[in-house]
Amino acid sequence: MSPPRLIPFESRQPRNYAAPSPLSIRGLSVAYDDKPAVWDLDYDAPDRGLIAVIGPNGAGKSTMIKAMLGLVPALAGDVRIFGSKLRQARRRIAYIPQRTSVDWDFPASAEDVVAMGLYGEIGWCRPVRRRHRDAARDYLDRVGMADFAGRQIGQLSGGQQQRVFLARALAQKADLYLMDEPFAGVDAATERAIVNVMRGVRDAGATVLCVHHDLQTVADYFDHALILNVRAIAQGTVKDVLTEDVLQRAYGGRLAETEIRAIARSA
Amino acid sequence: MSEELYAVLTFQAGYNTSIVLAGVIALGIGGGVIGVFSFLRKRALISDAISHATLPGIAIAFLIGIALGGTGRNLALLMAGAATTGVLGVLCVQWIRDYTRLPEDTAIGTVLSVFFGLGIVLLSHIQALEAAGQAGLNSFLLGSTAALTAGEAQLIGGASLLTILIALLLLKEFGAVAFDEGFAAAQGWRIARLDLAMIGLLLAIVAIGLKTVGLVLIIALVIIPPASARFWTEKLGRLVALSGLFGGLAGWTGGSLSALLPDMPAGAVIVLAAATIFAFSLMFAPRRGVIGWAVRRLKMRLRAASVRGLLAMADGYLPPDGLSYHVIRLRGYIDGDARITESGRRAAAEMRRQDRLWQTYRTRHPDAALAFNPLSGLRIEDVLSADIIAALEGPAR
Repeated sequence: MSPPRLIPFESRQPRNYAAPSPLSIRGLSVAYDDKPAVWDLDYDAPDRGLIAVIGPNGAGKSTMIKAMLGLVPALAGDVRIFGSKLRQARRRIAYIPQRTSVDWDFPASAEDVVAMGLYGEIGWCRPVRRRHRDAARDYLDRVGMADFAGRQIGQLSGGQQQRVFLARALAQKADLYLMDEPFAGVDAATERAIVNVMRGVRDAGATVLCVHHDLQTVADYFDHALILNVRAIAQGTVKDVLTEDVLQRAYGGRLAETEIRAIARSA
Repeated sequence: MSEELYAVLTFQAGYNTSIVLAGVIALGIGGGVIGVFSFLRKRALISDAISHATLPGIAIAFLIGIALGGTGRNLALLMAGAATTGVLGVLCVQWIRDYTRLPEDTAIGTVLSVFFGLGIVLLSHIQALEAAGQAGLNSFLLGSTAALTAGEAQLIGGASLLTILIALLLLKEFGAVAFDEGFAAAQGWRIARLDLAMIGLLLAIVAIGLKTVGLVLIIALVIIPPASARFWTEKLGRLVALSGLFGGLAGWTGGSLSALLPDMPAGAVIVLAAATIFAFSLMFAPRRGVIGWAVRRLKMRLRAASVRGLLAMADGYLPPDGLSYHVIRLRGYIDGDARITESGRRAAAEMRRQDRLWQTYRTRHPDAALAFNPLSGLRIEDVLSADIIAALEGPAR
């Protein structure tokens, strides 16, 4: 008897979802110099999920998103977005990076920044037209920033800037939203705006994957979680995943016992 | 002299001079437009590396020209030579930056001086040859409009226009990369290729402008106009238009002057014209200019002093410091005997009320209050409607 035929690597772990998952990752590994940041990660995102990516500092949360987008080179791994390779799916993704990569003194108003979300639709070498500006204003309105459309981007407060970037992501009309710590250092009004937008796009049929730091609010804001510490520790609904055992494995000594118990109880 | 200058400026000083002037203006506009992108990308100095790296190429092209039996002064051949070593210079900078841990400015400084040194050695060698036309090579260092033929000027003008056109087509893309590289990359754009396109346009302007402005100073043509324009606007489109305008203006005035002063290096005259625009913008631009900033700051200090003084008076104290005392005294709110006047009493009571309303507004509507600057000199009645104020006067809901 001959040995069994090997199956393609991409189909490792059968998928649980009938339609292609918004995001499915197989064997993703990324390293900086010789230090692994993400190791052999398999993940299938549920359709229309609000997913929190959580884990301790240096767990590779941001790196995972950047590698999915091809912003940092992956050592190995296969990433499918709605069943296609990244190159075919770019227009279906909106990415909100951490706020550090931006030139705050750039001559652009809030409206100009939101209009950048329409560049994919406008196409190369074509100008931004009146209707694009009007659309940009509508998206600003949806995050409560319509009054600031003409303000230079650096002259807004941190939370207001974050809402402008949220509006830019909305303008991309994506099916998969990738957010890198959108809640970091924002005011209460912005936090509410972000949560409302996330729920809004989820209800409209999109999937949101969000790197999140505040374990206290995971259960309030999200319905699924991926717990990462270089390797995937657990994935599933918040209720199933946010358990004392899992948190202990992901955070080890970095969280106090009482904290772990409180978070697990909140889920 | 002034009549002659007027004639040159208005294109009435003969066909050749006018064509040359038109070419220099086009070059100025081109430098201004392309310069915006390297300025916003914070890579303005790369153009200095490019321009200095062109010198060995010019010398080698000249030697090849002689070897082929010509005079070696064919502008197209010299430009091609310049572009070749210019590209080599850029590649060296990028290689050093990407494959060593040295920062880009170090790479630029190294490449710039090494290529320039090599160029000077080759130039000295050529001068020792006593070949025909070698004297013209010096104009590549500091520029000259006098030596420009009408054909050369047309070449310069046409190439500048083409470069401007390409830059304008890519305006939105260059802007997005300079503003938020991570976002642009996530769109699937090849950042390295867009940067290369930007450097290619810079290289084109440098190669085009070498003979007119000279390689030592051509960097000014891509740095000074955008830097000047930045004082006047917060809009990318206007920045590009203004920068092109300033560059063209510098080319026009500087080019005209240098046509009258053939002994002066044209590059230096044009750069000084650009510097005049820069100095004017630096001083007089309303929002970002030095004078506007100083005036705003002074007004703000005086307003703050007046608020401080009036609030102290409302509680029965003298204004707390010298500045606020003088402001209050000058307005006649205090008499020489440290007594509050009738108008002072009213002003202090009104300031106390304004302050109380703003504080209430802040506690009850913290988000909306963010948009308001309490030292803008506006009263609460100027900003909020009467019913909101009435609600603020009442108890919290």
